[in-house]
Amino acid sequence: MKTIHLFKLIPVAVLLVFFYSCKNETSQSNTSVTKTAEAAPQSQQGQAFVEDNVSNPNVLQIAIKSPDHTTLVAAVQAAQLENALVNAGPLMVFAPTNAAFEALPSGTVENLLKPENKETLATILKHHVTAGNYDMNLLKKVKKLGQADDTSVQVETKGDDIYVGGAKIIGTVKASNGTIYVVDKVILPQ
Amino acid sequence: MKKYKFQLLSLLGATLFLTSCGNNNGQSGKSSGALNSSAAEKVYVAPGEHDEFYAFMSGGYSGNLTVYGLPSGRMFKEIPVFSQFPTSGYGYSEETKPMLNTSHGFVPWDDAHHPDISQTAGELDGRWIFINGNNTPRIARISLSTFETEEIIEVPNSAGNHSSSFVTENSEYVVAGTRFSVPIPQRDMPINEYKGNFQGALSFISVEPEHGHMDIKFQLIMPGFNYDLAHPGRGKSHGWFFFTTYNTEEANSLQEVNASQNDKDFIAAINWKKVEEYVNNGGGTKVPANYAHNVYDESTHMATSTMKKEVLTVNPLDVPGAVFFLPTPKSPHGCDVDPTGNYIIGNGKLSADLTVHSFDNMIAAIEGKKFDGEAYGIPILKFEDVLAGTVKSGGLGPLHTEFDGKGNAYTTFFISSEVVKWELGTWEVKDRQPTYYSVGHLMIPGGNSKKPFGKYVVAMNKITKDRYLPVGPEMEHSAQIYDISGEKMELLYDFPTHGEPHYAAGCPADLLKPKAKKFYRLDENKHPYAVLSPDQARVERKGKEVHIYMSTIRSHFTPDNIEGIKVGDKVYFHITNHEQDFDVPHGFSMIGQNTSELLIMPGQTKTSLWEPKQVGVWPFYCTDFCSALHQEMQGYVRVSPANSNIELSWSLGD
Repeated sequence: MKTIHLFKLIPVAVLLVFFYSCKNETSQSNTSVTKTAEAAPQSQQGQAFVEDNVSNPNVLQIAIKSPDHTTLVAAVQAAQLENALVNAGPLMVFAPTNAAFEALPSGTVENLLKPENKETLATILKHHVTAGNYDMNLLKKVKKLGQADDTSVQVETKGDDIYVGGAKIIGTVKASNGTIYVVDKVILPQ
Repeated sequence: MKKYKFQLLSLLGATLFLTSCGNNNGQSGKSSGALNSSAAEKVYVAPGEHDEFYAFMSGGYSGNLTVYGLPSGRMFKEIPVFSQFPTSGYGYSEETKPMLNTSHGFVPWDDAHHPDISQTAGELDGRWIFINGNNTPRIARISLSTFETEEIIEVPNSAGNHSSSFVTENSEYVVAGTRFSVPIPQRDMPINEYKGNFQGALSFISVEPEHGHMDIKFQLIMPGFNYDLAHPGRGKSHGWFFFTTYNTEEANSLQEVNASQNDKDFIAAINWKKVEEYVNNGGGTKVPANYAHNVYDESTHMATSTMKKEVLTVNPLDVPGAVFFLPTPKSPHGCDVDPTGNYIIGNGKLSADLTVHSFDNMIAAIEGKKFDGEAYGIPILKFEDVLAGTVKSGGLGPLHTEFDGKGNAYTTFFISSEVVKWELGTWEVKDRQPTYYSVGHLMIPGGNSKKPFGKYVVAMNKITKDRYLPVGPEMEHSAQIYDISGEKMELLYDFPTHGEPHYAAGCPADLLKPKAKKFYRLDENKHPYAVLSPDQARVERKGKEVHIYMSTIRSHFTPDNIEGIKVGDKVYFHITNHEQDFDVPHGFSMIGQNTSELLIMPGQTKTSLWEPKQVGVWPFYCTDFCSALHQEMQGYVRVSPANSNIELSWSLGD
């Protein structure tokens, strides 16, 4: 996956050379090149990597600390969605537990974590994210939610329980940029 | 993976190689400017990287203080100090209006001149920065953790508070001297009876070591000269303070001619430790006064203004051996003391030369009682006895001098538009570089301390003309940054500044970066109108006053529908931002409100006053793009006729 990106870049760089090769040739110190080499890799840049130990934790920071969500976090990292989850939001993340991922047909998670399936994985994960922040009372009043993958999920209330895309909300954690609703199933796009 | 990366890097390298346009194989290094001399690289701070130094530039007539990074010249923040500032609501919110209270009432503006960072043992300690308001004499203290103005004290008996606000070696005092002498106390008298009747107050404002609270310890009531600039002694001269004077002629009109008659004016040398001792032993005279002391409390997020009614004055003649005059040629402007504390530089603004006095010589002359007469009873020392040397600069119009801590001094020349580097002790000129144009102050980080960081000097110019794209008759002032790490100064970069910077203060970034506050803790919020959880949100009526206790979180106000407000009410929106996350402010504005918006930082409470004049349903909204649902962050207030019976009600999501 990454190699493909780099190959795409090479012709661009070659083009740059073409455009900028002016009449003069002087030697020029190339300290800037060294700087480029030292810079953090692209995948480690952005708001998710801002050092801040005092703000209330955001949804990503909470998920990373949760022993029940190691599969979800691994998937978010594989799909490189960290920066979206620390954005100002507000976001609701319907976070399937490790058990929920284990309930998928065997081999599904392993397959999704493969680099060539990054886009599919990202789509599935985005299907668990709503741009908005509703408490349980507000959730009970809505029929559906528009998800970050541009599709919708149905919201159903059965007694005191709320089901989002068929997954039952079994826990609530407030985050600085929204809310994590822990769910018992992976919500697959229709 | 790695292999490809290297290929990419080598290609980038090749790109750089071939992009060096415009150079003629190093034939004319100077003419091809920044690229060839690598000046560009020296000021380039890569995206996401941080600058090496903070620079705090006074805003002059903006009344504020701006924060820049060096060497990039990027502006990070404008800190409102003496001026109302709609960007944050400073001076508009009910909590901050008292900050701008004075004995003349609410003054929404001032002319901010000389910032100075607090010191411990002669070195910058990065706790606070002080700055003077020149017009309605005031000194402000700004926290260097919140970067907000925390305290403003008015200075009575003063006018044109210009020889201010410089701190002593351990921030014992922040010192404020008057530029204009005035009748003390103020009274109705003919202007042309100035001479011999007007006086100049030099105020020593103590700084309480823990919180920095300011209090005027004493005012030295000096002869009626103009006290222009000042600097503290340091090291061996710690305990002394030096002020340049002009208009020792005591002219009251056409000063541009009449104040330039004397060949020499004075530098006033004040042994403040001696005066302090005198005062501590009960000396001085308490006189009636009226001046405001405004303090902002970080836990209540509110300022209070107290009028003080008395000030302790000291007649210099009552403290023998505390005050002397050092004759200094040509209406000296800047008064600068070198890092060792031995040299006191008078920048004679109408001259080509700089006069350097020696502290050691001064002490010897005082001990030898070698006086050359007196002025209003204050002994005048002999010019030749105190002089250490003269810098024959070849420039014209010296104004200010800073030091690099390596034995060199850098002086600005207004008329000849240049910075001149010269050596302390030999008084030899080492280098000179033009500025663009007509430079005023200059700043080396830590320049007013025992330990300057002599890597860059920033020249702050008064005239911009063609330096940038033209923007009509009024332009921001220009600044230039020079690398001074080598033998010769090297012009690196040119950047616009905000308002009119006079002096500036700089410090290494690492001094402040680790302790910069990220947000206010909601559980420490002691504002009397704060709501600490949304279920406390409510609306209360007290006669014509309506208090709305409101909270904000991404992305709504609680409450957001309010009814029962009537024309003629005074509606106070007390808004608490419930975010506890770095850099997530919410704003508030109400249609037709006769004030500015507010920007409320996480954990903070601010209050906005609205006096509805028209019946209707009026919206308010969040002015800061806080979140993806920012455009949804809004609400309505129903305003009914004054005689309506509609009950107060409020809601969210009903």
